[in-house]
Amino acid sequence: MSILGTRVVRTEDPRLLTAGGTYVDDLRVPELDGAVQATFVRSPLAHALITGIDTSAARGEPGVLAVLTAQDLGSAPAPENEAPENEAPENAEADEAELVAAEESGEAGPGPLGGPFTEPMLAGGRVRFVGEPVALVLTGGPAGRYRGEDVSELVSVDYDPLPAVVGTAASLSGDTLLFPPAGSNVAAAGGARKDGGPAFDDSLFAGCEVVVERTIVNQRVAPVPLEVRAAAAVWRDGKLTVWASTQNAQLARVILAGALQLDPSAIRVIAPDVGGGFGAKIGIDRETVAVAWAARKTGRPVRWVETRSENMVAMTHGRDQVHSLTIGGNRDGRILAYRIDIVQDSGAYPRMGGFLPTLTSLMAAGVYDIPRVETAFRVAVTNTTPIAPYRGAGRPEATAAIERAVDLFAAEIGMDPAEVRRLNVVSPDKFPFTTASGAEYDTGRYADALATVLEAAGYDSLRAEQAKRRESDDPVQIGIGLATYVEITAVDAQAGETARLAVHDDGTATVYTGSSAHGQGHHTAWAMLVQDELGIPMDQVTVIHGDTDLIPVGVGTFASRSLQLGGSAVHKAAGEVKDEARRVAAGMLEAAEDDLDLDTGTGRWQVRGDPETALSWAQIAGQAGGDGLVANVEFKGDRATFPFGAHVAVVEVDTETGKVRHVRHVTVDDAGPVLNPVLAEGQRHGGIAQGAAQALLEEVVFDADGNPITSNLADYAAITATELPSFELVAMETPTTLNPLGVKGIGEAGTIGATPAVQNAVVDALAHLGVRHIDMPTTPERVWTAITAAQPSASQPSASQPSASQPSAAQQTGAQKAAQNGRTQ
Amino acid sequence: MKVTITVNGQEVGADVEDRALLVHLLRDNAGLTATNIGCDTTSCGACTVLLDGESVKSCTVLAAQADGAEVTTLEGLAGADGTMHPVQRAFHAEHGLQCGFCTPGMVMALVSLLRENPHPTEDEVRAGLEGNLCRCTGYHNIVRAALTAATEN
Repeated sequence: MSILGTRVVRTEDPRLLTAGGTYVDDLRVPELDGAVQATFVRSPLAHALITGIDTSAARGEPGVLAVLTAQDLGSAPAPENEAPENEAPENAEADEAELVAAEESGEAGPGPLGGPFTEPMLAGGRVRFVGEPVALVLTGGPAGRYRGEDVSELVSVDYDPLPAVVGTAASLSGDTLLFPPAGSNVAAAGGARKDGGPAFDDSLFAGCEVVVERTIVNQRVAPVPLEVRAAAAVWRDGKLTVWASTQNAQLARVILAGALQLDPSAIRVIAPDVGGGFGAKIGIDRETVAVAWAARKTGRPVRWVETRSENMVAMTHGRDQVHSLTIGGNRDGRILAYRIDIVQDSGAYPRMGGFLPTLTSLMAAGVYDIPRVETAFRVAVTNTTPIAPYRGAGRPEATAAIERAVDLFAAEIGMDPAEVRRLNVVSPDKFPFTTASGAEYDTGRYADALATVLEAAGYDSLRAEQAKRRESDDPVQIGIGLATYVEITAVDAQAGETARLAVHDDGTATVYTGSSAHGQGHHTAWAMLVQDELGIPMDQVTVIHGDTDLIPVGVGTFASRSLQLGGSAVHKAAGEVKDEARRVAAGMLEAAEDDLDLDTGTGRWQVRGDPETALSWAQIAGQAGGDGLVANVEFKGDRATFPFGAHVAVVEVDTETGKVRHVRHVTVDDAGPVLNPVLAEGQRHGGIAQGAAQALLEEVVFDADGNPITSNLADYAAITATELPSFELVAMETPTTLNPLGVKGIGEAGTIGATPAVQNAVVDALAHLGVRHIDMPTTPERVWTAITAAQPSASQPSASQPSASQPSAAQQTGAQKAAQNGRTQ
Repeated sequence: MKVTITVNGQEVGADVEDRALLVHLLRDNAGLTATNIGCDTTSCGACTVLLDGESVKSCTVLAAQADGAEVTTLEGLAGADGTMHPVQRAFHAEHGLQCGFCTPGMVMALVSLLRENPHPTEDEVRAGLEGNLCRCTGYHNIVRAALTAATEN
């Protein structure tokens, strides 16, 4: 029997449970002996010109090796082991020309958009968000970490404050530009706004009996991996070695090679254990580049780990879109047209360009067969922490928007939201299905997913209980929230993934994977794939990842791509090893290759019908000669896959206090055949929690001056065990045809489905009071305010055309909030 | 100042700054790196250890305060023969960990919780874990691991 699909506990765990992992800050390797500590001096202002940096007081302190600023970036790196340069930066008279020169000096950090929006390694002439790195202090000796904190306080930076641009409305006004040479705060635009002003289709909603409009906020949240960012670097004998907490060592090497102008072969990047990433550790950030640069410049090993308070302002955040939605259809429940106009707050540096809202646009139509869909987006820079992917990266935003829009439409026509969904989902006979927003869905059974989750949740009973509580005017109401979703995984399928599989002459095997585990369980999963294909027991299979000397080519772990690409690569490599073993064994047994069978139960080869001839993997590998039995493969997908599912969230809302309790969460998440239910369920659990967290609690907030209000874990409401129920997961498996395993990605599905399900549940609990929408997070204050503002008698506005739509008081509050961009409180 | 702390049965002496935190003594002086630092506001619990048998967040205890005390970290939890503690075994069986970073603190917090309350309800486990953050598991399997470990009490 195949091991695939069975519940296998992780091989990773015993080490993590008894000795703890080895994260970057845990490294006690000889190469890092005598390492100095890096501490960043960060901007306390959201927007200012730097008019001078005085490092002399800091440099005079004992134990200080160097204080580096943007002025040091242009100078050539010090030759190996040369004494560090300690020259004081001159007071810089900053002007735009100098700013651009400093930032285009070729020493820039990761900034794919480039041009005038390039993110510098250290701020030169201008700071653009609180927490932006301005200088780097290197301290040595015992307690170097504490000394670094002390000394960084002594670096005196003169700032000439500028007006802070906070929120997309302020950005789009263009009153203050973050990048004057760019001439605009809009870094990218697309869809109907591709060429500037919107070119909307005036006839999009023609023929719709009902049209509902709403502006909603998909708020900014913080990824909060439990391990903050960390790096260590050594420059020795012309080679740079960097340990980084990253989701992909190979991409980190590409970034370092570009930023430091080194040949990639002169760089080794190692990702040791990584304590969570959630998209925010794709590649490396400017701080890690600076640490590597400092190691090269000073010739000393350098190590860095940020504090959580730094992490909350300087690691990228996620989401932060404002959606202007319009949905139209008929009173029989059929949706005919949908428009989403997106403003993406990119933070200070639009490092992803238009990538996130492009994905949001692509996935705009969700699971629905909507004849007319129009999308538009603008990417607006603001004086806040940069935005980058966070679990879902553009797709949770799309799903949150369409799922809210469908509920608004259902409320408007007075139909059960489950029925509206059932009527509009793409029917199974239409796959592959191309949506009006341009996504080509591979396989899906959306109505089945919905029916299954409704049955598992006991939907009718829940509605009956809800009716009872409404009838009795119970102060604690229940809300039932639905979300049906489809998402896109392995969006970069054609980039593929690598695997190298070697079977050794002792019968054991080693897998080198370009995929990059940071909690997902790749070591267990890849070993299962090898056992299934070759019959080598998984405890005889070693899995290695995250070292560019051993695996120079790889893509990494993000976008729910690992199993479908990295796993398919391992599967393919095992197939090639098997073919090679067959050839070798045929020679050894003097038999025809076609007459040989591999018994994957025992891992032995034999001539069919002749058990006496059995050969072990050790025997065949020993005979193979050369490198032994080795396969080096790359698996590339033709295109992305589209997992889907349906969630039901149940909440209790205390109408007297606004407090929401998430009491049940039932999901169907179909990502094709499940390799190991233990791992897949774990991904779903974590995803659901992060989705619920956005709906209920979490929000990164800045004040009007761009000061972060949620800059540590005491102020940022990272979700805890007390705020979540246990989850009820229902299995469903619809394979894709796009890879040999038939699998799609599961890493982000939970988040994508849970966010709108929980938000819809909160609104549903108050629907009878006339509440139609509450922006996330649905904090007690917002819920209480919505209840207070709602007029029960005004809950059934007779809408027909958008202009005639009369939003309730609660809706106006929400719309005004959205217009003000919700963030500045 | 000089402090002497018994960590996992071994005496550790160190000359530390007055302001040195217990977690840094454990990691930098005792060389025990399982205990992680996840925040700077006593919010995340990744640094949870047992101080004279009680769970504490070692980022919020000065090394000086622990002078003369006994500390148990994750490394000291398994038996001398390597047999895992019931909480460790339950985390493995129930997939109570993914990236592993919160795990040492989670395990130590639950060891302490189950000593105080050997047969907790699910709600009691969740309340007991309020000071420990996990970003990977959604807490679902951590709660199951706690309830599984409790069956051995």
